[in-house]
Amino acid sequence: MVLAIVFTLIKILIIVVCVLTGVAYMTYAERKVIGHMQVRLGPVHTGPMGLLQPLADGLKLMSKEDMTPDMVDKPVFYVAPFLGMVPGIAAFAVIPFAPNIVVADINVGVLYVLALSSVGVYGIIMSGWASNSKYATLGSLRSSAQIISYETAMGLSILGPVLLAGSLNLKEITEAQRGLWFFIPQFVAFVIYSISAVAETNRAPFDLPEAETELVAGFHVEYSGMRFAMFFLGEYANMYVVSSMCAILFLGGYTGPLLPPLVWFLIKMLAFMFFFLWLRATLPRLRFDQLMNLGWKVLIPIALANLLITSIVVYAIRN
Amino acid sequence: MSGYLPIVLFLIVAGGLGVVVMFVGAIVRPAKYEKVKFSVYECGMPSLDENRKRLNLRFYIIAMLFVIFDVETVFLYPWAVSFDMIGLFGLIEMILFIVILVFGYFYAWQKGALEWA
Repeated sequence: MVLAIVFTLIKILIIVVCVLTGVAYMTYAERKVIGHMQVRLGPVHTGPMGLLQPLADGLKLMSKEDMTPDMVDKPVFYVAPFLGMVPGIAAFAVIPFAPNIVVADINVGVLYVLALSSVGVYGIIMSGWASNSKYATLGSLRSSAQIISYETAMGLSILGPVLLAGSLNLKEITEAQRGLWFFIPQFVAFVIYSISAVAETNRAPFDLPEAETELVAGFHVEYSGMRFAMFFLGEYANMYVVSSMCAILFLGGYTGPLLPPLVWFLIKMLAFMFFFLWLRATLPRLRFDQLMNLGWKVLIPIALANLLITSIVVYAIRN
Repeated sequence: MSGYLPIVLFLIVAGGLGVVVMFVGAIVRPAKYEKVKFSVYECGMPSLDENRKRLNLRFYIIAMLFVIFDVETVFLYPWAVSFDMIGLFGLIEMILFIVILVFGYFYAWQKGALEWA
């Protein structure tokens, strides 16, 4: 029993370290990729090709003063960054990176990931409220309204693959795609999921909560130093989570010919991460009413219709 | 339940990570109090009036609609998992459920609950 716990802890630590490294190098990749898309070089001075840039950023954030403004609601202000970061990292507990690399192979994997992404909203709302600042309040309201709106569409689009696989276990969903990846029969759901995933993580073109040109970063404007870094970490970890979920639900997870499963999983996940960067370099920001219209008046009806058609077709085929 | 122990451990490790980075930060970072620096941020000006103002009602309506539709989605999950077992009855039952909700959805749309202009 004790041995099993120690073994699990080691696995967890390895995954957490990988996630942190991934997050650090995602910030590097973001600056580098977008730089090249805009015909710039991106970071070049820190280390060879700027490869030490994430390390320098981390050190800088660590040595920055941790400010707690006078007007804030202290307990809530201190708890909020944890609620922003912990769900993003803890969601990796159920992600099957390869047939035998999964920390907790539970039956409700999909629901667990969705539940954690809902908990993340609390961190945003709490930080906005506790900061007692106009920008933070506005940013947190926008952010949570956006996240909950797109969460509905996301949940409805995930139902397609769940229906086809007949399971909520992420590993079983992956195994069900041995013959045919779900993004072919569930293409509509795949598109809806991709759009909602970008909106869920508050990324461009849906980055209204941050909107640096009008809201000066939104809900975490009063945070500095490591507390700010925790929000940042949570956001990027969430990007990895939605990318992993996309790879698992629609792109066949770790299945694929020739290459080892882990490599296939990483390829699919990183391809989706690249899609995030590409979007940010290509599209301008939406207006808030356009954003809410897209979520409520376009994605949700389409997702419902897709679910109805899928269930009828699946029933017709299986009987 | 043993499958859920790793999840508890994972949550503890993730929370512990936050504590550790805060602790390490506390050792190396400066901490110098100044009245102006610690005032509420408002583009360099003294804050004009109350910071927690009245909020737009639309956010509240969206939150209510979210509760309805998210609970609906959660109801659909067990149905999707046991789809093969419940057969035609389950299919028709769920179509009725969705149709009723779609009526509510169009009612909300008609009432302007989804308008932001």
